[in-house]
Amino acid sequence: MTVQNGEITRLGTRGVTVGYGDTVVLDGLDVSIPPGVITTVIGPNGCGKSTLLRTLSRLLKPRRGTVVLDGGDIAKLKTKDVAKKLGLLPQAPVAPEGLTVADLVARGRHPHQSWIRQWSSDDAEVVQKALAMTGVGDLATRSVDSLSGGQRQRVWISMTLAQGTDLLLLDEPTTYLDLAHAIDVIDLIDDLHETGRTVVMVLHDLNLAVRYSDNLIVMKAGSIVAQGHPRDVVTDELLHEAFGLRARVIEDPVSDRPLIVPIGRTHVTFRTDLKG
Amino acid sequence: MIDDLERDTTADVPPGLRVGRLSLVWRPWGVLVSVLLLAATFLLFCLSIGLGDFQIGLPQVISTIFGQGDRLDTFVIMDLRMPRALVGLITGFALGIAGALTQSIARNPLASPDVLGITWGASAVAVFLVTVTGGAASTITNTIGLPAAALIGGLGTGLLVYFLAWRRGIDGFRLILIGVSVSAVMEAITTWLLVTADIRDVARAQVWLVGSLEERSWHEVWIALWCTVALVTVVLAVAFHLKPMHFGDDVASGLGIRLALVRAILLLCAVLLAGVAVSAAGPIPFVALIAPQVAMRLLRSPTPPLLAAGVLGALLLLGADLVARTVLPISLPVGIVTAMIGGPFLVYLLVRANLRRDA
Repeated sequence: MTVQNGEITRLGTRGVTVGYGDTVVLDGLDVSIPPGVITTVIGPNGCGKSTLLRTLSRLLKPRRGTVVLDGGDIAKLKTKDVAKKLGLLPQAPVAPEGLTVADLVARGRHPHQSWIRQWSSDDAEVVQKALAMTGVGDLATRSVDSLSGGQRQRVWISMTLAQGTDLLLLDEPTTYLDLAHAIDVIDLIDDLHETGRTVVMVLHDLNLAVRYSDNLIVMKAGSIVAQGHPRDVVTDELLHEAFGLRARVIEDPVSDRPLIVPIGRTHVTFRTDLKG
Repeated sequence: MIDDLERDTTADVPPGLRVGRLSLVWRPWGVLVSVLLLAATFLLFCLSIGLGDFQIGLPQVISTIFGQGDRLDTFVIMDLRMPRALVGLITGFALGIAGALTQSIARNPLASPDVLGITWGASAVAVFLVTVTGGAASTITNTIGLPAAALIGGLGTGLLVYFLAWRRGIDGFRLILIGVSVSAVMEAITTWLLVTADIRDVARAQVWLVGSLEERSWHEVWIALWCTVALVTVVLAVAFHLKPMHFGDDVASGLGIRLALVRAILLLCAVLLAGVAVSAAGPIPFVALIAPQVAMRLLRSPTPPLLAAGVLGALLLLGADLVARTVLPISLPVGIVTAMIGGPFLVYLLVRANLRRDA
């Protein structure tokens, strides 16, 4: 662990600049991810939230600055050692047709295996646990392409769990899922964080982000607009500033978090030009 | 959820196999099919050696191979027929592995060395050598020059396709489109070389170009064998890292694969294996495309199995050569037979790919 600006972080960036070709997506960004909680990156399309997650997981190489993992520069660590500390689930991953659930989850053991030690009893045990934790154990022999979207996403999360890391980076884990399945998957992610894992994810749905995260990173055009607990961060003004969205932030009738009610142009019966 | 937890702890995970310090996933079906394929290949190999103008029965062939035959059988088998069959065996094996590698890396069943232009690139450079040097230096060209030219041609074309297809990473479909275009250009260059060349050189190049196992010598066997053994050793050492690559670049990187390095090594090996095959037997089409796909279906494997694809390639090539020599009324080059099988199979793969996209 490192202490950065007086905060304890496991993962963070220092003055990171990332771009493709001529365009700069992130410009001198400093981020620190607090341990043991769910951090969610939100922001409008193209604000660089996925780029930030990909940079944190060393899929993208920063032009300037460093990504720090447990006190060391991630670029200087062996990629296999990084994979033992940090699990990554990219957006909409694909599995070969006909691959079974158990075989897919077993692939998560790769960083712990070697040419000579390709499949040990430890591996079998960890994979069984990972299948059980995500509730897909009875699907083990099914082929991944025969599953529903929600089940499939559970299986992929199970693979990242089999990797045995306590740091999980998830890029839009609820994409393409209907609301019921999205809640199901995100409840699972919440369970994982309850067991002490640090989770960083990118989400599109603001209310899900507010409900489930302890730390929000709000981005706009490659920089951070606000960061902190949803209760402290989410306001009408912030939503307008970051998303250009007219919305009311109200008390959530079913949780202790704020609830965002977007206003839009039509169907609004409430006078929105007045506060309260 | 609690109920799930209790039920799930006995989930069916792949069984393991331990041999000393080595531990592997145990897949009985895959092992069984591989052993059967090996046996079938050996049988076909012996059959292929026995059949010809001078027929030798299967038991004599086997005993002769193990050094127990009479002098006539030994001469016919070891000096005349063995090199041809061995070149077929090695070439088929090399093509099968090359195809399994390119199909795995591109994550597309159509991505085989012949579709990606490597085969025609090797041919173009080899034909160029034949037509430029003419009949004068024919022994040197045939023994060292031709294999070297084919290797350089295959490698050069492979690199060209790779760099043309590179755009912040390799997209399988883009790779194939560019491969098909480059392949067409290389084929056109070959045709142009043949049209403008001396007629005697054309005849020599033509026989080689359809892919033929005729008149192979032990010399060609040894070159092909050692190159293939060396390359397959490298492939098997690195192939452990190929498995996560079937899930796409991001997942593979996330699992700690040094993607650029592993991909470069394996693609290079694939191109060189295809080059070795072309230099030994000419551009035999479709074996590299079909063998991994059939091996996948036989082994019920979701990804092309490397070694089984190699064995199936050998089986396919030996079988095609046997058909070309014995079943058909006139003796044809093996490449024509593989093309006759490969064409419909390519159509089948395309139709299937379309059905999947529509579904």
